[in-house]
Formats: sequence, C-alpha cells, structure tokens
Amino acid sequence: MSARPVERPGEGEDAAAPSPAAEAAVPAPRPAAPAGTTEAPAPGDVPEGAGADPADAAAPVDPAEPTEPVVAPMGPVANAAVALVVMALGGAGIAGSWSLGVGTPAEPAAGTWPLIISAAITLLGAALLPGVRRTRDTEVFSPASWKVVAALATMVAFVAVVGVIGFEIPSALLAFVWLRFLGGESWRLSAVASVAIVAAFYAVFVGLLAVPIPHLF
Amino acid sequence: MDSLTPMIDGFGVVLEPVNLLYCLIGVVVGMLVGVLPGLGPAATIAILLPITFGTEPVTAIIMLAGIFYGAQYGGTITSVLLRLPGEASSVVTVFDGHALARQGRAGTALGVAAIGSFAGGTLSIVALSLLAPLVAGFALDFGPPEYTALALLGILLVATVGNGGRLKAVIAACVGLLLATVGRDTFAGVERFTFDSLSLADGLDFVPIAMGVFGIGEILHNLEQRHTAAAAPAKVANAWPSWADLRQSAGAMGRGSVLGFFLGILPGGGATLSSLAAYAVEKRRSRTPERFGRGAVEGVAAPETANNAASTSSFIPLLTLGIPANATMAMIFGALLIHGVQPGPELVSAEPELFWGVVNSMYIGNILLLIMSIPLVGLFVKILRVRATILAPITVLITLVGVYTVRNSVFDIALVIVFGLLGYLMKKFGFEPGPLVLAFVLGSLLEDSLRRSLLLFDGDPTGFLTRPISGTLLVALAAVIVVPPLAALLRRRRAQRQPEEAEKTPV
Repeated sequence: MSARPVERPGEGEDAAAPSPAAEAAVPAPRPAAPAGTTEAPAPGDVPEGAGADPADAAAPVDPAEPTEPVVAPMGPVANAAVALVVMALGGAGIAGSWSLGVGTPAEPAAGTWPLIISAAITLLGAALLPGVRRTRDTEVFSPASWKVVAALATMVAFVAVVGVIGFEIPSALLAFVWLRFLGGESWRLSAVASVAIVAAFYAVFVGLLAVPIPHLF
Repeated sequence: MDSLTPMIDGFGVVLEPVNLLYCLIGVVVGMLVGVLPGLGPAATIAILLPITFGTEPVTAIIMLAGIFYGAQYGGTITSVLLRLPGEASSVVTVFDGHALARQGRAGTALGVAAIGSFAGGTLSIVALSLLAPLVAGFALDFGPPEYTALALLGILLVATVGNGGRLKAVIAACVGLLLATVGRDTFAGVERFTFDSLSLADGLDFVPIAMGVFGIGEILHNLEQRHTAAAAPAKVANAWPSWADLRQSAGAMGRGSVLGFFLGILPGGGATLSSLAAYAVEKRRSRTPERFGRGAVEGVAAPETANNAASTSSFIPLLTLGIPANATMAMIFGALLIHGVQPGPELVSAEPELFWGVVNSMYIGNILLLIMSIPLVGLFVKILRVRATILAPITVLITLVGVYTVRNSVFDIALVIVFGLLGYLMKKFGFEPGPLVLAFVLGSLLEDSLRRSLLLFDGDPTGFLTRPISGTLLVALAAVIVVPPLAALLRRRRAQRQPEEAEKTPV
C-alpha cells in the first residue's frame, strides 16, 4: 500500500492524504470521457492483474495517465507532425480567408471571421510544439490498424458503386467483409448474416419507409 | 396560473400514442446503447437522426431525449455486473456497484441505481419545469453581443472541461467553427471555401459531419480493439432493494439530485462530472468512508442519481438559450434545426407544445425506464452476448444508407466517410470529436452575432464589455482560459512536494 498522490475531484479535497481511504478514491475527472462522446472501454481493456479488489483499479497511478493505458502513446515525432498539420491547416485557412477579403472591425467582410479562426488554429497548433515530448494522449497505430484501412476501403467501394448498381450487393459485400475478415466470424455465419442484414434493410428502407435509396430489385 | 396551462397541455402531447411509442423506442434504444460498450449516446443519436425526419419535431426530440437519459440507466447494468462501464457517466458506479455484485447483492445495486435514477430524473424535471421559463424570460432581452459571449463561453467550457488535452480540444472546436463557414456567406453573398463545388455551395450539412465524426469514427476506432466475449455475468436474483437499503441511500439520492441538477446546467458539466462529484461528496460526508469501494449502497445511489439529474437539467441551456451544454445536446440542437425549430428563449412561448411535450415526456420516459430496468434486467444482460463484430457492420450500413436518405445525395455518403476518417484520426491523435461538432453547430450563430455586434458597436470590440451581461460572460470566459493552467501549475507544485512527504511517512 504505497501512498501515492491521488487526484480527486472537488477542490476542497485534500488530495493525496496518505490514509487508507485514499485507496478507493474516485479517479480524476480527466480519464473519463466527457458526457456524450463516450469512449467506453472494450471488454479487453479491463486492467488485468488488478485483482478482484476494486480499490486497486480505483487508485489512479498517475494523474496524467488515463485509467486504462492499454495503447501506448505516439512518439515526439508524430506529436510534432500533428502540430505541424494543425498549423498548416490554419495557414491554409488564413490564405483562403485573405482572398475573400479581410474587412475591418467596423465593416466585417466574408473573410474576417474565417481569418480570426484560422489565425487561432495556427497559434494553437504552434502551442502544441513545446509539449511534443510530454504529450501522452495519443495512441500508436497497432498491427490491427490495417482493419481500419480495410474498413474504409469497403466504404469507399460502397459509395463508388451504390449509385450505379443499388445498395443491395455492396451492402452484402460490406457486411460479409466486416463479419468474416474484420470480425473473424465463421464463413457460414458471415454468409448467412450478411444476406439477412441486407434482407432486413430492404424490408425496412424500401418496403416500410419507401426511402428513395437506389436499389436493384 | 395561466403559466400552468401550456405545461398541462404538454401532457396531452406526450400522451398521444405516437409520442408514447417513440418515447418507448427512445428509452429502449438508450438502454441498449448504455448496456453495449462502444457507441455512446451522441453517436447513436447521430446514426438515428435520419429516422426522425419523417416525424413531427416534438416526436423526434422525445425519442432522441429518451436515448440520452435511457443510456444513463443502461450504463449502470454493465458497471455493476461486469465492471465495464457502458457509459462514461457510470464509471464511478463500478467501484461500489461491482463490489455489491460480488457479495451477491447485484440486485440491490441495480435496484438502488434504478430508483435513484428515477428520483434524480424526476426531481430534475420538476426543477427544469420551474426554472426553464424563468431563464428563457430573462434571455429574451439578449442581443447579438450576449449571444456572442454565450456561444464563445459554451464552446470553450465544453472544450476545456472534457478529458484529454485542453489545447487539442480547443483546436478541435476551432476546426468545427471553420467548417461551419463553408458555403455561402449570408452577409456578403460570397461563396467561402467551396472550391467551386456545387455540393458545397449550401455549406456542409450537420448530419454527415455528426454521423461521420461520432458514428463512423467510433466504429473505426473500436475495430482496432480486441473483442473478447463478455464474461457470463453474475446472476441477478432480485432487483428490489430492501427498505433498509433505500433508507440508507435516501440522503445520497437527495444530495445527488441537487448536485447533478446544478452541474448539469453548466456547459461542459453534464452527467460524467456530476457522477464523479456526487460520489466524492458522499464519501466525504460519510462517517464510514472506508466502506466506499467495498459495497456501499450510497456509492451506487449518489452517482446514478446525479448523472440522471444532470442529463435532464442539461436540457435547460439548450431549450432556453439555444446553447447546447454538451455533445449530445449538440445533436439534439442539430435535430431541432433540421426540423425547422430554432432553439432559444422564444421556444417556450413560440412552441409551447414542443417545449412542454419534450419536458413532460421525460416523466413518462423515466417511469418506463424504472419499469423496464427492475424486472427486465435479465433481458438486457442477455443482449450483452451479442458480439460487437456483428453489430459493427449493421451500424455502418445504417449510417451509410441513413445519411443518403436525408438529402438523397451520394455526396453525403462520401462526406460521412471522410468525416469518419477524420473522427478516427482525431481519436488516435488525442483530439476530442465532441467540441468539433458542438462548435460546428454553434458556428453560424457565433459568426452572425459577432458580425451584428460589431456593426452595432461600429467596430469597437470594447462594446462587448460595456453591456452588463455580455461583459460578465466575457469575464467568465477569461477566467475559464486563465484558471485551469494556474490550477495545473499549483497541482504540479504540490505533486512535486507530495512524493517527498510520502517517503517520510512509514508505509
């Protein structure tokens, strides 16, 4: 039972009081996602080895770290690249707003507001640079990231052909690829489920809602 | 007394069969979303937006609101039984809820949570009914300068209260504002950032952005994670808590309701923050704080009550000021706009049916949730067995087909994919997608009121400070910018001191 500094919500809390009570302290608000954009941990993310004692899991090791740092953060080079991309976006925004006309505070033109935001983006991007060695809120691309590329490819293929041949065949193929190759389901389940999904979609969107989605049949 | 009439008429709206049905659909979907880890309420609302287009606005919002508060109930179930919070707002419930479950008292934990949620939600609706018209009446005098300050403050609070890097969240918000400028400029009639594309001339639509960044972005991000099948959860024998448990947790529920209600009103506050705060408060005032984390009933009651109270009260800024307090409210804001309803102070008087219909539907929704969550817990636990690998392609297809149905445009499908990639990359690089969508929604309001104010002040920006309300809001804005870095600095100093002291203390 080491007495580590424990960050707790509530300003009146005497943080890091090395009492037994601190073990079950609430994690800092930082690790939790903001309301709405929940990024709930996947089942595999439960901190293993935390034992059955919830107190262990509850004691945040380092206030700067999320509760379940399963994925390693990216290195300084990637962080610097992020900062530069943000600055480049801001720069492009400034260039674009400039051509729209800057205006004056008394006579704002079309480019005034975008210029203010783009300048803010550029400055904020520059402000990321000093922290590139300390930034830990990123996630490295894992070997499983190929799945994301494959998933995007199926969606791009879907949008490329949906206007021509209708949604049924592309949907079935997309579902099959996701089930069999991205999800690792069995061949049989993938085949049956992808056909069933398209049938259900057809029944709902074409039959029930009569949506003008392009369809073959 | 005449102020009560529209409120009572609102019940008439709720009790229409269609609205009751959609309320039921909303809360059931919300429960499911809460139970299934992965998609949050904001993403679900994004994906389901197209489905609501065929309905009346009040019906649509009743359903979407049901998803939001239903998710707070559902998130508890997995927290208690599997130690997996389905929602961020149920994270603290894990500590005592799961401890109770391991003692064979899962039913007690779930029952207390359901009753607490109901109590918190209901008290919060009553308070909302009383407070919202007052706030709206006050806000009727707001002019462009006040709205400028309010929108800025709202965006900044949401960006800075969230998790992750504040700086990155503010950048995300700025990008959202920039995206909102795409299309024809309403003042000058000039096309901005359209690259001569006809599809962009009318600006970017809210639906593909929200569906892409929240929906597809989250699905792509989840693809990378390993999906292990959920372990068989503990059997739930009896979800009725005993009188002793209820008496023990009554105080916690009361305090949780009040705390949740007030934190929920604050932009960026919302359910997650209030559940954490309520837990901390209970533990602090308890005479036996060592029980917390080992199965204290209050440790379940307080956060669950608070998160429901907060999710209800976060409707106040949206319905009275037209400023969404968090990402989910931004989705409901977008849904209202799509239906041609401008949320703001005029809403209570101009659309009393909508306002009171939605508010009163929450009573019904909470009753439905209470009915569902106590006896039907076993059913929802079974749903956990559905594998994420099967759900993922279904959600993707709903998104792709759904976004097409909004404007019958293949371009929107492409857009949703582009923004899905953006949402995924943002998550990988530590940018919260919430502030982007929220800022996008508020973007045109902010630019509009800023330009109107500048015209009003003849280009003198100090004019904002001379008006009492906008001046106060801008001072608050400055405080939000300055205080957190200062607090972080203080904390770092204290943290540097602490380890030394800890070493001196015999362990």
